[in-house]
Amino acid sequence: MRLSGHTALQIREKLLSREIQASDLVGQLFKWIKDIEPNVQAFITTCEKEALEKAVEIDKKIINRQKVGLLAGIPIAVKDNICTKNLTTTCASKILQNFIPPYDAFVVKRLKEEDAIIIGKTNLDEFAMGSSTENSGYKITRNPWNHECVPGGSSGGSAAAVAADFSFLALGSDTGGSVRQPAALCGVVGIKPTYGRVSRYGLIAFGSSLDQIGTFTKDVKDAALLLQVIAGYDSYDSTSAQVSVPDYLQRIESGVKGLRIGIPKEYFAGGLNTEVGVAVKDALKLYEKLGATVVDISLPHTEYAVAVYYIVANAEASSNLARYDGVKYGYRTGESRGIIDMYCRTRSEGFGNEVKRRIMLGNYALSSGYYDAYYMKASKVRNLIKSDFDAAFEKVDCIMCPTSPVPAFKIGERANNPLEMYLSDIYTIPANLAGIPGISIPCGFSKTGLPIGMQILAKHFEEKKILQIAYAFERETDFHLKKPALKGSTG
Amino acid sequence: MKIDKKTIEYIANLSRIELSNQEKETFVHQLSDILAYIEKLNQLNTQDIKPMAYSINTTNVLRDDKLEPPISREDALVNAPSTMGVFFKVPKVIE
Repeated sequence: MRLSGHTALQIREKLLSREIQASDLVGQLFKWIKDIEPNVQAFITTCEKEALEKAVEIDKKIINRQKVGLLAGIPIAVKDNICTKNLTTTCASKILQNFIPPYDAFVVKRLKEEDAIIIGKTNLDEFAMGSSTENSGYKITRNPWNHECVPGGSSGGSAAAVAADFSFLALGSDTGGSVRQPAALCGVVGIKPTYGRVSRYGLIAFGSSLDQIGTFTKDVKDAALLLQVIAGYDSYDSTSAQVSVPDYLQRIESGVKGLRIGIPKEYFAGGLNTEVGVAVKDALKLYEKLGATVVDISLPHTEYAVAVYYIVANAEASSNLARYDGVKYGYRTGESRGIIDMYCRTRSEGFGNEVKRRIMLGNYALSSGYYDAYYMKASKVRNLIKSDFDAAFEKVDCIMCPTSPVPAFKIGERANNPLEMYLSDIYTIPANLAGIPGISIPCGFSKTGLPIGMQILAKHFEEKKILQIAYAFERETDFHLKKPALKGSTG
Repeated sequence: MKIDKKTIEYIANLSRIELSNQEKETFVHQLSDILAYIEKLNQLNTQDIKPMAYSINTTNVLRDDKLEPPISREDALVNAPSTMGVFFKVPKVIE
């Protein structure tokens, strides 16, 4: 049975009032997953047995009136670059195909403390490097709205899992848009929190100054609920922020009267799909009707963001991925002549093409003689991009723009042109460079029935404000309630 | 910036990655295209701009040197491709 039409908060009510049992819920969910998953391919690993055991345990707690956590009995999917103790974590890479983490990531520990039920690990672009989930070393995830299209990436499996009703909630990671862009392309809500808001402990590193764990949910209130659970200080992540976490659901209905919304002209220039542009502009009109003021602003260095990102992210990646050497964990080549040869063969056989391309680009940008021209130059322009946002937020409370310049594109369409693929992150990358939070919410559909997403950005640590603004729109619209038609083998 | 096959071989070696001849050809083109795009950063004068590595204020994080239970030796070795007793086993390091 398809469990659509329910959000995590609604399911929680039903579980706590004992209208339904967690074990029934999980059982039904896995029936649906088995039926539909062959057409979507959202998961690398599912863990039905463990999920059922956990559900039985939570049912007992509820029946015995024991204290239960915020996410008691709610199924959740976790991107496969987030470490789960005793559950394979591959990063969608052959080089980690048998890796079983001996510890839980901070966010996974939090999920378990709040009694969530982990149902599986979702597909991604290998090491989160990509915008379509086509770079996975295992499988290609299909967009639930149109199986010929990509779900976006790199957290494509998590976005597809929520869109296809495989899960009520999912976690992803966002280094250059990897939560917001797939959320937009799959018609779900995705948050990238402020850098430092959520601990990266146990998130397999890609670009350490940019990576941030984020959420996928069916609506804005569920996003507030899940962010509440994973946000907060962690001494195991030295960049974790010591900033108190507000109650995200409290006063989420505050509305937008008097709000000043900045519209950056650079985000509505060439390259933007007409239907996406119209959908976002319609949304802005609604915000004006709700009492907000729209202000034209400029973020003049926007056009340099992609270039900065591909130097900074790949430089950091080339260092982070140096650890995959076939010694302590992961894949090792069969035969080799000495240790250096073993490293080279292991890495050549274990990494896919996009990962190799990025490691090479990163090492080039950091190499002797090129460091100043590339890495240092990019780090300076990064400062200019952040200053653009600082100046904008002097004038406005938030910024609104499209999440992705286009709706979901066809599988294979951009696979052979890395640069074109990189440019699909043009609207999401600047927030990572500046470290600011962003949300993508559904704001329309293309003529061919593909979801369109809109992005809301605000100052560091203003997730609560972003959620209030997003909820004001969601309350007035029904884009988030539309569901893809999905048919399985049993119809 | 146009890069040639020799540069690709040099970076591949730094990256500890082996490439076939065909892969080298592909990477020469793809990395040249990407670097040509990145050249646009040179349109900007950044002489007086400070480089930025982190987007939020970061400070050195210190903690008390307290003993905490570590990951056990068995757990640390369980994912290793090759072990011998309590050690990670690797091919000969000194030629």
